[in-house]
Amino acid sequence: MSDATLASIAGILATAAPLVFAVIGETFTERAGIINLSMNGTILLSAMTGFAVATTTQSLFLGFLAGAIIGALTALIIAFSSISLKLSQVAVGYVLTMLCLDLAYFLGSSFMGLRGPTVLNTNIPLLSELPIIGRIFFQHTVLTYASFLLIILAFFWIFKTSGGLILQGIGERPAASYVRGANVNRMRYFYTILGGALVGLAGPMYTLSVKAGWMGSITGLDGIGWIALAITIFGGWHPLRAALGCYLFVFLQWLGLVLQPVLVVIPSQVLQVAPFPLMILTLLLVNIGNAEWVERTLAAMPEPIRRLLARILRAMRTNPPAGLGVPFENE
Amino acid sequence: MKAGSGLTGIGFRLAGIILALLVATLILLALGAPPFRAYGDIISGAFGSINSLANVIRSWVPLLLVTSGLLITFSAGLWNIGIEGQITLGAIFATWVLKTVPDSAFLGVFVSVLSSIGVSGDNVAPTLCIVLAILGGAIGGMVWAMLAGFLKIFGGVNEIFGGLGLNFIATALTIYFIFGPWKRPGVASMSGTVPFDNAYWLPQVAGLNMSWWSLGIAITGIVIIYILLRGTYFGLRLKAVGKSMRSAFNLGIPTSRYMMMAFMLCGIFAGLAGSLQIIAVYHRLIPSVSSGYGYLGLMVAMLVNYQALWVMPISFFFSALTIGSIQLPISLQLDSNLSGVLQGAIVLFVLLMEGVRQKFSKRSKGGAK
Repeated sequence: MSDATLASIAGILATAAPLVFAVIGETFTERAGIINLSMNGTILLSAMTGFAVATTTQSLFLGFLAGAIIGALTALIIAFSSISLKLSQVAVGYVLTMLCLDLAYFLGSSFMGLRGPTVLNTNIPLLSELPIIGRIFFQHTVLTYASFLLIILAFFWIFKTSGGLILQGIGERPAASYVRGANVNRMRYFYTILGGALVGLAGPMYTLSVKAGWMGSITGLDGIGWIALAITIFGGWHPLRAALGCYLFVFLQWLGLVLQPVLVVIPSQVLQVAPFPLMILTLLLVNIGNAEWVERTLAAMPEPIRRLLARILRAMRTNPPAGLGVPFENE
Repeated sequence: MKAGSGLTGIGFRLAGIILALLVATLILLALGAPPFRAYGDIISGAFGSINSLANVIRSWVPLLLVTSGLLITFSAGLWNIGIEGQITLGAIFATWVLKTVPDSAFLGVFVSVLSSIGVSGDNVAPTLCIVLAILGGAIGGMVWAMLAGFLKIFGGVNEIFGGLGLNFIATALTIYFIFGPWKRPGVASMSGTVPFDNAYWLPQVAGLNMSWWSLGIAITGIVIIYILLRGTYFGLRLKAVGKSMRSAFNLGIPTSRYMMMAFMLCGIFAGLAGSLQIIAVYHRLIPSVSSGYGYLGLMVAMLVNYQALWVMPISFFFSALTIGSIQLPISLQLDSNLSGVLQGAIVLFVLLMEGVRQKFSKRSKGGAK
């Protein structure tokens, strides 16, 4: 493989790191049965806050800490309003999206265009010397390594530990978990805030590394939170499939950039929104298997085609945790 | 329980608004900005002169229209976040009508028929174009809403994601038209397409940048929605679909068709708003023609608790906030997004207070048992 190819693959892994944090954070939250719809605003506000704090204090660590705190705080509002007050998660999530977005632009206006610190690459000794693998996986920033680690940790936590089993339970069958002694609402608070903090880290990962700098509304982060929500669905609330979704998405984005000179007839502003039709298409693919008319059409088809199509649809299909978005009453 | 009814409901709402203002004041103090001067500037920016009041009314029109439309989709239990794109498509369709119809053979024939019976077509023809542009805009918004509806009903794609995706696509379409087929002679720019001739403007109030006609259309719109939801079987069935899809279906209501009709109606209102932005405000297609009115409309609908009666005053208040904040960067070096912060905080705290009230009243009822 040429060095350019290797650099591109490494670049895709690094660019996807914040998205991985956001999607896995949301996966935790939704696994527990809560939808944190506010991601698009949270990521922007934490991106701005992280950048502002890091620039003022010249401390990258404080920048990331600030981002995580913002994410955790918005998640706390979501948790309080939906668990304790039983308000509509979608309504509160939407309002928070808008509020955080405006707060980011309002508070961030004095930090626009400033030069902030950025996270530098740390090559891992020995491993980074390996042919091919070294270039792809071991010449990154700490953030990218953290994203790899997060995928693995999330997978083990959800599927291989007793804590993960409880998490699955409170999202799928909260009543049954409660009978078995799980404090459903307290766990939901915990996972919503944990997920929110992970989403909040995604913000500074953009402004301090992947897309360094804060440029107000032209920072180009508006929309990424919605994409992350869609990838969470595409990922079927499974960390590995979710991560695959992130990498696939960034790969397609990169492909768009590479193909831009070839597709000169299409203005660049149009190519920039290419992720969104893609988002609709993937959601269509993972959901359409559940539609009644599809089942009817399939039933009318000749057997070998029907079986093949049904298998493809089943592989694509994802089902949300049964208790997602439903408040739990322990009475 | 009926939310927001009675004096306690209003009291809790007011408490929510006061809390929101308190938080905003603290934020301003933390920034070292004088909060009361900022609020004063917002008020004088909105009501300080006839001109600024006209601007508030001008921005009230699209907000009123989209919020009216959203009451329909909310009644059917749908989150039509795609309304932003539906406004945009209304604007694109209206622009297309004004770009093609004036020079079309259809209009030529129409004018010659008129002159053969002795009527001068000079005044009638532009009026016809304006009417067609408004209708075209309504159709554009409706088509875009139907896409979100199809995705939801036949593809299982949640209307929030389908709608959002369509919003971004609508913006891209606008930019494509401005820089592609409809670009200005010479160099295309973000300032939009070539402005239309005065003849194709909705009549303005002399000296002011507003039109009684568009205000009339918007007010008619909310009245229609009020009657539709309050006094018709259609409205009743729509609410049944929104309350419980399954029981509505069991009652024999064709739920898919009602959901689609809700999308279409809301799209028509959004498209109307978009076309009015073209023929009464910008007189050309600009890149961000929907200006966030759809997203703001969703917030207004939530704040009024989906009740048509309150839409007029609350959307007026939100328009006043938005217009009043425009001067803030100049007068106080504050970003004009302060209006968005205020609006968001108000809706958030009113929602939270509503939750507190319901919890409180539920608990006191439980204790009385």
